Amino acid sequence: MVKYYQPEIETASREQIRAWQDERLVKQVQHAWDNVPYYRKKMEEKGLTPADIQGTADLHKLPFLSKDDLREAYPYGLLGKPLSECVRIQSTSGTTGKRVVAFYTQHDIDLWEDCCARAITAVGGSQEDVCQVAYGYGLFTGGAGLHGGSHKVGCLTLPMSSGNTDRQLQFMTDLGTTILCCTPSYAAYLSESIHECGLRDQIKLKAGIFGAEAWSQKMREDIEKGLGIKAYDIYGLTEISGPGVAFECQAQNGMHINEDHFIAEIINPETGEVLPEGSKGELVFTCITKEAFPLIRYRTRDICILSSEPCPCGRTHIKMCKPMGRSDDMLIVKGVNVFPSQIETVLLEQGYPANYQIVVDRVNHSDTLEVMVEMTPENFSDSLAKITSMEKKLVDALRAMLGISAKVRLVAPKTIARSEGKAVRIIDKRKI
Amino acid sequence: MVYQISVFLENRAGQFAEITGILAQNGVDLRAISIAETADYGVLRMIVDHAEKATSILMQHGYLLTMTPVLVVAVPDAPGGVATVLETLAEGNIDIEYMYSLFTHLEGKAYIVFRVAEAEKFTELLAAHGITPSTNEELGIC
Repeated sequence: MVKYYQPEIETASREQIRAWQDERLVKQVQHAWDNVPYYRKKMEEKGLTPADIQGTADLHKLPFLSKDDLREAYPYGLLGKPLSECVRIQSTSGTTGKRVVAFYTQHDIDLWEDCCARAITAVGGSQEDVCQVAYGYGLFTGGAGLHGGSHKVGCLTLPMSSGNTDRQLQFMTDLGTTILCCTPSYAAYLSESIHECGLRDQIKLKAGIFGAEAWSQKMREDIEKGLGIKAYDIYGLTEISGPGVAFECQAQNGMHINEDHFIAEIINPETGEVLPEGSKGELVFTCITKEAFPLIRYRTRDICILSSEPCPCGRTHIKMCKPMGRSDDMLIVKGVNVFPSQIETVLLEQGYPANYQIVVDRVNHSDTLEVMVEMTPENFSDSLAKITSMEKKLVDALRAMLGISAKVRLVAPKTIARSEGKAVRIIDKRKI
Repeated sequence: MVYQISVFLENRAGQFAEITGILAQNGVDLRAISIAETADYGVLRMIVDHAEKATSILMQHGYLLTMTPVLVVAVPDAPGGVATVLETLAEGNIDIEYMYSLFTHLEGKAYIVFRVAEAEKFTELLAAHGITPSTNEELGIC
């Protein structure tokens, strides 16, 4: 069995990895300085020039980038290559409705797909496998990333996209899928459907790569038992490339960060100070090989811990734990980024008060999103048809903004608690 | 013109009882009630003897409500009573938004509350059939 996709990289010595990072960081900073005026300005504001960055030891001097920067620079402000050299965009929802658009050159796509290929190989994938990609295809990076990785490994790739469970199960049984890639909640749903349809004996699955949303150890055990497989985690974000920034190996104990492409730091989210290894803090990534979207010190807002303890799998790249929370108010619902500010924007546009509450729950391993909104004298009518049609408009506007459906619950005025300080906008009932 | 009070109701146990309780304590008499509901909320529609009084009391209690002009039509309390009026509406191609009836029966008559899209046209058609919508006085309300 092939154990590594790129063994010389994945098992390189720590010194070698550091040397790659030093060299590539210097090059990347020069690239950003030369081609991304937005970042050059940020460096100038700190009195920095590329000459101040001699290697990773100087990384902490560089300014951060955040989702706010992406919004401000939308769409082309952080582009590092002429559009004529870009071949793809992927996108995710951002704050206050502006989407985050990430650009890729063919080189960037190749590196991203390499990362996904490492993840598939790490779970035992090879050209003998049938890999069913049931992440959404399209702007979402999930489908595109694992699809490309599966090709690189040489698996027979089933580009299913998400949904249409009957068809998923038919291909899974007829074509003998061995590796399943999707969100953990969809994996749990597929598992239940397989049992309901009595197909448990007809599936040949051996492993699953499940990411894009938070899942617990208990959920992992349920999926593993239900499908008779090993379930592996994968991490990524569109801004940095997509899935495959980090991936789990067969040790199932943290995700190896592809350090030849991404430098990870943990910072104190309040002060920005870099914290020593093993500390809990906000994860920050610097892309050192990407051309089109060369983000430097991008704040992910994910709270996590890094560990460089030797891994039994033989990979030498540092590991990150499952994100333990967020340093902002972003929610991940059904694998989609949801900001309360997006919901607020829609409510105001539709003539509802900005006093609202978001209730997120998980029913049968699947996320639910409910927005509680107060009825107003302006929106109230003796006609139920008028109210329900307004409600439907709101539901549609929320779906257009968020990319997922939310249930709207209209409540009586002044029934949503007004707190003295920071309003309680989010009630997350999920036990993850 | 007869005014209906429409109140926003959340679907939770006891809310309706709370409203009728408040009205009872203040001596307001209910003449007609109808509820239109979805799974989560509803609209309570009422005709009461003192609309303004009921409105201000309910508002003081924080209820969201609106006053809506409706037509109340007296029909013979006998088979075919309602049918005549509905045929008139159909004849004029007038949409009914909703309708319900009063609790009270007076002198062999039943009273139906109508909310229609075109109230004026409806009134004219009724007049052509010799029917006049009931007044507040006739119903003993204000």
